[in-house]
Amino acid sequence: MTAQIVWDDVDEGTEIPAVVRHPSSQQLVKYAGASGDYYQIHYDKDFAQSTGLEDIILHGALKNAFLGSLVTDWMGPRGNLRKLSCQYRGMDIPGRPITAKGVVTGKYEDDGEYLVDCEIWLENEEGQRTTPGRATVSLPKS
Amino acid sequence: MSTTPSFLTEEMRQQAIGTVSEPRTLDVEKGAIIKFAEAIGDENPVYNDEAAARASQYGGLIAPPTFLRSAVAARPDLPFDVPFDRVLDGGSDWEYFEPVRPGDRITAVSRIEDITERNGRIGLMLIQTIVITYSNQFDQVVATQTNTSIRY
Repeated sequence: MTAQIVWDDVDEGTEIPAVVRHPSSQQLVKYAGASGDYYQIHYDKDFAQSTGLEDIILHGALKNAFLGSLVTDWMGPRGNLRKLSCQYRGMDIPGRPITAKGVVTGKYEDDGEYLVDCEIWLENEEGQRTTPGRATVSLPKS
Repeated sequence: MSTTPSFLTEEMRQQAIGTVSEPRTLDVEKGAIIKFAEAIGDENPVYNDEAAARASQYGGLIAPPTFLRSAVAARPDLPFDVPFDRVLDGGSDWEYFEPVRPGDRITAVSRIEDITERNGRIGLMLIQTIVITYSNQFDQVVATQTNTSIRY
């Protein structure tokens, strides 16, 4: 585990280290089982194509989870996740890598907590942000 | 505003806002948390290593932030029929208040916060905003999730 990041060392523009993910069709099946989301567009190619999709696609909620992990890994064991949001703008297909990225957009103190706002997103190989979002974490001050 | 005839009237909108779903409960099992963390590829020990988790700020295992999806909250029934059968998940907006732990009994209730109509590339769409409130067995709200779904 990396050293604990602290509020004093974070500024607007601080980048969250990027994480490359390689979601596979097997991971989608595991996620379907773990989450209870058995919609067939996530594991049955014939079904997915019958709804007009080119292939099976990642669960939006799995992409939400990837962004959650990006932020919780970065904030370290003493950080706390307060808010996490994302929008599903584009579809992602297993077998194609996606990269989770983020940048700090602001820091402030609120009611004794040291908070940091971040812009976060998943990016495909073409550099398109298929899943933009935001997060707020509290960090130890120093 | 549109070339497509409108569907949603202000009266229908007001009728829909505030509609709540039936509650759904989820008993949070340790094995389910470990499986979920594995499925999303998150190796953080607070999700899968009891000893490490006990030494953490939480004092024990907790669930990953999006684990509550597995409570599969019921959707509120709209008080009218909708002439669209396709649904897209537009996104999710979580706010966290308390950790979710093995042994918790989580109750999820969803409520229609707003419903609007828009004309887009795919024609007339209904955009529904639902807030899901997740509470534990101590009546503490552990998280809220605002979901946007698009029906078209």
